[in-house]
Amino acid sequence: MKLTGAEIFVECLKREGVKTIFGLPGGVVLKIFDVLHQQKDVEVILTRHEAGAGHMAEGYAKATGKPGVALVTSGPGMTNVVTPLVDAYMDSVPIVVFTGQVPTHLIGNDAFQEADNVGISRPCTKYNFLVKDVNDLGQIIKEAFYIAMTGRPGPVLVDIPKDVAMNKGEFHYPDRVSIRGYNPTYEGNKWQIKQAVEAIHKARKPIIYVGGGAIFSNAHEELLEFAELTQIPVDMTLMALGAFPGSHPLSLGMMGMHGSYASNMAVHFSDLVIAIGARFDDRVTGKVSEFCPEAKVIHIDIDPTSIRKNVHVDIPIVGDVKTVLRELKAMLKATPNGNAVEQRKPWWNQINEWKAKHPLTYEQPPDALIKPQYVIDRIYQFTKDKDPIVSTDVGQHQMWAAQHFVLNKPRRWLTSGGLGTMGFGMPAALGAQAAFRDKLVLCIAGDGSFQMNMQEMATAVVNKLPVKVFILNNHFHGMVRQWQDLFYEGRYASSYLDTVPDFVKLAEAFNAVGLRATKVGEVDGVIKEALKVDKPVIVDLEVDPYENCYPMIPAGGSNHEMIIEDPPEMKRGEKPASKVAGEDKDAVLTA
Amino acid sequence: MEHIISVLVENKFGVLSRVANLFSGRGYNIETLSVAPTLDPSMSMMTIVTRGDDKIIEQIVKQLNKVIDVIKVVDLNESEFVERETALIKIHTRQEDRAEALRIADIFRGKVVDSTPTTYTIEVTGDVRKVEACINLLQPLGLKDLVRTGRVAIAREPVRQAAAQPKRILKEEK
Repeated sequence: MKLTGAEIFVECLKREGVKTIFGLPGGVVLKIFDVLHQQKDVEVILTRHEAGAGHMAEGYAKATGKPGVALVTSGPGMTNVVTPLVDAYMDSVPIVVFTGQVPTHLIGNDAFQEADNVGISRPCTKYNFLVKDVNDLGQIIKEAFYIAMTGRPGPVLVDIPKDVAMNKGEFHYPDRVSIRGYNPTYEGNKWQIKQAVEAIHKARKPIIYVGGGAIFSNAHEELLEFAELTQIPVDMTLMALGAFPGSHPLSLGMMGMHGSYASNMAVHFSDLVIAIGARFDDRVTGKVSEFCPEAKVIHIDIDPTSIRKNVHVDIPIVGDVKTVLRELKAMLKATPNGNAVEQRKPWWNQINEWKAKHPLTYEQPPDALIKPQYVIDRIYQFTKDKDPIVSTDVGQHQMWAAQHFVLNKPRRWLTSGGLGTMGFGMPAALGAQAAFRDKLVLCIAGDGSFQMNMQEMATAVVNKLPVKVFILNNHFHGMVRQWQDLFYEGRYASSYLDTVPDFVKLAEAFNAVGLRATKVGEVDGVIKEALKVDKPVIVDLEVDPYENCYPMIPAGGSNHEMIIEDPPEMKRGEKPASKVAGEDKDAVLTA
Repeated sequence: MEHIISVLVENKFGVLSRVANLFSGRGYNIETLSVAPTLDPSMSMMTIVTRGDDKIIEQIVKQLNKVIDVIKVVDLNESEFVERETALIKIHTRQEDRAEALRIADIFRGKVVDSTPTTYTIEVTGDVRKVEACINLLQPLGLKDLVRTGRVAIAREPVRQAAAQPKRILKEEK
């Protein structure tokens, strides 16, 4: 059967079960969009910027566990999608990005809208392809999805020159592919697992440290069984939130730079760290040389390069988290651990002491400015029964959301961890909403982050994706301002956003709904109102601009040296003057 | 410590760049690199000489294995190996130095592969110390140009008593 490259492309998407793709057309991909336009099986969501398309594909993939797909044009279309590619690479998100390319005979000629797509994306994709012959297209697309979804997931880019999309070729879509240089290990080494079982039996102060890999591997049930069987406390990284129920008595919440006091103390003073699908990021370990100094480390990960990259590992287990945990559980059950649980009583007493000493808390006086933590807490209270998907941008609001929005199920938390991409939240929320039209999708954003991809509000409105965006508006790049308070004597260099847009009017301009709360008493009202509307909503919450996010481990600090509150020596800066002549409408800041 | 790593890769475009990117992106050093197709033309063999402590070398080997176009990685330092490098050394020679140049070349079993009234181009092959010693001796005569292939290496075969008749690898057999 002879088909054009564009037809082959669409046929491949159908065979992969792709229902929705995110994209933006341009000269060299018009043929593909034309074919997409004439069929009904694959929905195309037109974004307003290619970065939006990439992040939507990420949100879609994170929420569904299926590959997210984006289709963009050559040159600027491709370069705009680089940030989502890097973001997906850092956070192991399976997305397949198709880029247009100038016709093969023009490649290398500096043609109009030409960029070296495979060259640019090589260091930020798991793999990439340049299709030179339409007859290879089916095989390549199959391999692209296979690589993205297997092993440690990640982004794959397929570059399709215009003539490849136009030409006719033989359509061949193999049922399965094998690549000789690519054979991920799924089964853990039995001997190492046995070593792990022995170490767990011996441990008096063990801790489980879960990363995002537990979610990608769909290992939440196995993780829960493992933790309950051994009664070992569970720390989660930012990426792992939801992998283990946050409200479970074994959960110590998030660890790392802004993690809970108990979680960081527990990992520091433990004698056995069981790392599961995590990669010992510097935001988690703090000062590497002082990371859990007394502990043996078991590390389960599908990617061998994660093991011993940053910290010493005593028992490495390369394999799929789900498979290894099953095996581990079976072996643990076969060798009853006797009174190990009993012997860990003192450890639990110690942990409970830490929990009681510095719980995650905040104070909200009724007549003071709105505290951002209070907002998160209220959103949580109003939505917890609705099983929402929560996306965030990057900054203080992200950390407060991670601390105060308790997640009990996996794939409910969309956040940019490794790369820390501001502007991720809203498009990611749209991607999730496109996958689950009937679910409640929330986006918790900051005023700075939101402005980085706010054009996608148009995508939300046009495609009827009723996400609820809550902007914790502090008129600052809050996390930057916090660091300036703590480490730069309060000099607010380029962190004050001066006149931010009127987000209510902005929402209205996009034909969405805008709401605002400036007083504590108004918060509940606007949240309830936002949840009632069946349209995209922006809720502008004017929060205390000087609230800092704690606990905090200063960069390069050790995990047990947390700052719990504003230190007395901290020098708070002056509010910068507005640069807008004659205007200082910043009601909250002048109040 | 210096390590010689053999990397069997797919013989297609972009692979060299993937491997080179890996080294530059993670701050590892390539001291020398040589690439050529193997008996099977769909594969190439890269020989990479790099430096690092055990932790870094472990990461390099793992990272190389992670590259999808990489088929096999062998750290040759884990066993015995033989290494060779070829240099082409072009030297200016005054009349009175020409005999000396030939003598030096002879000591290192080098060959003169090109000759003009004022220059010799000498080919010398050996392990890296031999090549460098030859270059050092020739340098005072007036080094005009120098190219080196970088090192190639292969593992030594363990000696087996009463080895079976070795199978001949013929090109036609493929």
